[in-house]
Amino acid sequence: MIEGARWRKWVFFYVPMALFLLFLLFPFYWMVITSVRPDGELYRPWNSTNYNPFWTWNPTWVHVRYLFEETLFASWLWNTTFIALASTAISLVCGVFAGYALSRLNFPFAGSLGTAIFITYLVPQTLLFIPLAEIIRNYRLGDTPWSLILTYPTFLIPFCTWIMMGYFKAVPKELEECARIDGASRWQAMLYIVIPVAIPGILSAGIFAFTLSWNEFIYALVFLSSPAQKTVPVGVTSELIRGDVFYWGPLMAGALLGSIPVAIAYSFFVEHYVAGLTGSVKG
Amino acid sequence: MAISAVSDTTLHEAPPPRRQRLLEDERWLAFVLLVPTIVLLGMFIAYPFIQGILLSVTSSRVGMRGDFVGLANFYKIFNDGIFRTAVYNTFLYTGVTTVFKLALGLWLAMLLNRNFRGKAFTRAFILLPFIIPTVLSTFAWKWMFDPTFSVLNWLLYHLGLITGRINWLGDPDLAMISIIIVNIWRGVPFFAISLLAGLQTISPELNEAAAIDGAKPWQRFWHITWPLLLPVTMVVMLFSVIQTFADFQIVYVMTGGGPANATHLFATYAYQIGIGTGLLSEGAAISLAMFPVLFLVVVIQLLYIRRVEVR
Repeated sequence: MIEGARWRKWVFFYVPMALFLLFLLFPFYWMVITSVRPDGELYRPWNSTNYNPFWTWNPTWVHVRYLFEETLFASWLWNTTFIALASTAISLVCGVFAGYALSRLNFPFAGSLGTAIFITYLVPQTLLFIPLAEIIRNYRLGDTPWSLILTYPTFLIPFCTWIMMGYFKAVPKELEECARIDGASRWQAMLYIVIPVAIPGILSAGIFAFTLSWNEFIYALVFLSSPAQKTVPVGVTSELIRGDVFYWGPLMAGALLGSIPVAIAYSFFVEHYVAGLTGSVKG
Repeated sequence: MAISAVSDTTLHEAPPPRRQRLLEDERWLAFVLLVPTIVLLGMFIAYPFIQGILLSVTSSRVGMRGDFVGLANFYKIFNDGIFRTAVYNTFLYTGVTTVFKLALGLWLAMLLNRNFRGKAFTRAFILLPFIIPTVLSTFAWKWMFDPTFSVLNWLLYHLGLITGRINWLGDPDLAMISIIIVNIWRGVPFFAISLLAGLQTISPELNEAAAIDGAKPWQRFWHITWPLLLPVTMVVMLFSVIQTFADFQIVYVMTGGGPANATHLFATYAYQIGIGTGLLSEGAAISLAMFPVLFLVVVIQLLYIRRVEVR
C-alpha cells in the first residue's frame, strides 16, 4: 500500500507497529518475568549497578507455590470459573430468546422494549452497586456465588440480545415458513430451524460474555466478603496485600494465572470474539 | 437437512395441548420468551435504580434505615471539596483518554488494515489488554510504576532522561497521568479492532480511484475514509465515554483515590463513602450524580443510531 522508497515503509509501518506492540504487550512480559523471579532480584532498587531488570537467570516457582499453598487461589479460580460459566449460560438462554422475540415476532411495544434493553446495556455497574448491595443483602444472597450469577446477566443479557438480534435478522423468513408449512409449531421452528442457523452468533455472544464475567470486579468486591468465596480479581486484590506490603511475586503470578483461562478461551475463539466485539458495537 | 429431521421425529404426533396452542400466538410466544430477561433486568437494574434514588434522599447507613432528608445528601456532596475534585478528575480522565484512544486506535486500525505477514496473529495479540482482567493487568502497571523498583525509572535513567527517581503514584499530577496512561493502554485495542472492522467495509476501489485522480494520502483519508468511518467511530466513542466516565477498577488498584484523595473518580469516591465508610445514602448520591451525564450520552447515542438507520 505504501508507495515509494523502502525507508518509507519502515517509518510509516514497521516502526509504529513495533512501538504499538511494545506498548500493548510489555506489561504482560513484565508480569511473566516478575512471577518467576526470586525475591532477592525483585527488590533491588532501580538504580543499583549491574542490574538487568528484563531477564533472570534464576527462574523460580516459589511465587506460584506460595499462591497454591498459602492462599486460597485454587478456590478463587474455581469460583470464578463456576460463576462465569453459570452467568454466561443464563445470559445466553435469555439473550437468545429475547433476541428471537425482538427480531422475528410482531407484538405490541416491541420497539420500545428493544430500546429499553439497549439502554440497560449502557448502564454501568458503578451506577447501581450501592443499592444493589442492599438488595443482595435483603435477599440473603450476600457472600454466595449466586449474588454474582444472578447480577452478572444484567450487563450480559443486553448485549447477548443485541448480538443475537443481528444474527436472527439475517435468517431468511422463508426458512421458517417452510418448516411451518411442514407442520412445525412456532416453537419447534425456532428451536430446530432458526437457532441452529445462528450458532456462530451464540458462540460469539458466549465467549464475549464469559470474558466479561471473568473480568468483572466491583460487584464481586462489594458482594463477597469471606476469602473462600472470592473470585480471582478480588482475591488477588484483597488477600495478597497486607496493609502497605505488596507481595509482588505472588501478585504477578496470580495475575498471570488468573489471566490464562480467559486467554485460552479467547485464543480458541478469536474470530468469534472479534465478531462479538464488533457486533456489540455495530448492532 | 434440519427440516426433514424435524418432520420425521416430532410432527406426526397427537394434537398439541392447550399450552402449545398458546405458543402459536405470536404475542404469547414473545411474552414467554421475554419473561426471563424482563424479570432479571427488572429485579437487578430497574429495582436497584429506584432503590438508589430512594436511598439517596434518606440518611441510611449500613444496617440502619435512615429518615427522609430531601436533597441534603446532594447538597452536602456538592459542597465537598473531594467530590468536586472527583468531578473534575472524571471529566479530565474521560476527555483526555478518549482523544488519545481515538487517535491511537485509528492509527493502529489503519496499520492493521494493510496486508502483512502474521496479520491475524498480531491482531489477536493486540486485543490482550482488553481481554485480560483489568484489575490484574493494572497490578502489572502498578508494579511498573512502583516508587522504588520502577522499571520505567530504570529505563528513563539508563536512557539518560532522568537523574533522580520519579515518584509516579505519589504526586497528584503524575498519579493522574499514570492512571490516564493505563486507561489508554486498555482502551486502544477496543478502538483499533472496532475501527478496523469499520475500515474493512470501505471498498478499496474508492481509495484507488481517488489516488488515480491525484488525491494525496492525507486528502484520501480526510475525504473518503474518515466520513465513511464516522458512524462506527461515533458509536465506539460513545460506548467508551460511558465506560470511562463510570470507571472504577484502574483507579481503585493504582492509587485507591490517593494521594490525599487527589485522583478519585465518581465511582471510587462513591465506593469509599458508601462501602468504605458505610454512609450508604451519601455513596448512592455520589453514584447517582453520574446519571445526568450518562443519560445525555445515551440519548445522543440513541438519536445518532436512529438517524443512521433512517438514512
